[in-house]
Amino acid sequence: MGDSIIGVKFSGGVIIAADQSNARSILVYQSNLDKIPSLTSHSMLGCSGPNADIVNFSEFIAKNLELYRLSNDDMILSPHAQANFARGELAKALRKGPFQVNALLGGYDVKSKEGELYWMDYLGTLQKVNFGAQGYAGYFVLSTMDREWKEGMNEAEALEVVKHGISNLGTRLLLNQPNWLIKVVDEKGVRTIEFGADPADC
Amino acid sequence: MARRYDSSTTTFSPEGRLHQVEYAIEAINNAGTCVGILAKDGIVMACEKRVTSGLLAPAKTSEKTYKLCQHATCTVAGLTADANILIDQARLRAARYQYQYQEPIPMEQLVEHVCNYKQAYTQYGGLRPFGVAFLFAGYDVTHGFQLYQSDPSGNYSGWKATVIGANNQAGKSLLKSEYKDEEAEGEADEGGIPGIAAALKLAVKVLNKTMDGTGASTDKMELFVMTLDDTKQCVHKILTDDEVKKIIKEVEDEAASAGD
Repeated sequence: MGDSIIGVKFSGGVIIAADQSNARSILVYQSNLDKIPSLTSHSMLGCSGPNADIVNFSEFIAKNLELYRLSNDDMILSPHAQANFARGELAKALRKGPFQVNALLGGYDVKSKEGELYWMDYLGTLQKVNFGAQGYAGYFVLSTMDREWKEGMNEAEALEVVKHGISNLGTRLLLNQPNWLIKVVDEKGVRTIEFGADPADC
Repeated sequence: MARRYDSSTTTFSPEGRLHQVEYAIEAINNAGTCVGILAKDGIVMACEKRVTSGLLAPAKTSEKTYKLCQHATCTVAGLTADANILIDQARLRAARYQYQYQEPIPMEQLVEHVCNYKQAYTQYGGLRPFGVAFLFAGYDVTHGFQLYQSDPSGNYSGWKATVIGANNQAGKSLLKSEYKDEEAEGEADEGGIPGIAAALKLAVKVLNKTMDGTGASTDKMELFVMTLDDTKQCVHKILTDDEVKKIIKEVEDEAASAGD
């Protein structure tokens, strides 16, 4: 629950924001963690959960998608297919050794030229949404996003909605989350809009 | 000399050939002909039905045409019993892909899966190869309508038009002269590859050439068409006897008037 992930779909893409703290109990290991790994050139997975599971699961999915691309003439699976594949793996693992990962998958579909956002949890739940959150963040931002999200928003408007959410969490959430990483995916691919602390710094 | 290297499927001959695989391909050249033609907005497949006895109960299902999934169908030339195993494999693969990705399987992946399964019988296990050749007709969003042919070796290739089974060389030579892919040949005025109606007539013409005896009749031919409906779903249709009769008549009329 400690990891906050916020996602907003807009016309032609998706923005996902995540806090950058890596902490357990009272100890902060790291404050520049990137919790939004890329899956393909046009999709990313904002993950909440123990760091080991986030890395293990996201790399597993990403590498399988890469294998698919290599085996099938550079074909990138649609975000819909990627999300269902990832969900299937979460469901398979659930009754063996679950991935303790709750995620938001944001992708750009080249066929429909739309952004797509999927909410999934460690039980294998999958739901396509216009906006979503993982972790404590949901308690605070789902209501504001519900009011502010509109069909056909552009990237700047979507970013406003996300930043409003982040600002609310800064005021109302007990946990201190000073650094946030914000990424966008659109027809140009996945890129970082801004970060609180550079993930590349060791 | 080749005899010594004949029996084992998994042994190369000194000339670098797999004789069992070649013999399997020979077996198919005795089977009922199938022709497949890629049309402008769909695919046509026509098969020769071999009725071995008048006492046989009328078939409830086709022995040549099999639906694999919502967007793919195949026709068979060769040992029907062998074909059934491979068709099961294809249906399983298509359904498992749909389950995993919630999307239809791209055609080439389906064909490659069946072919990889066949290839194993040319390399491991000491079992004989499958005596079947397929024509796969299907649709996916990436490449539209596609026609593939595969044989016992596990090789496959994509075609605009092709023939398998008895007299396939004669059929193929007719297609070479009559199938017009005008865009490829640089004369795009007529609108490129033939439409479904033209493709159906061409398919009947090919079967007339490859079949023995007097050729065309509805109980000896099975015509199949795949198209898209308004909601972009594939429609698979095996033509009724009346529809087949109509096309046979049109082909006969054209042949008669062509002689004038």
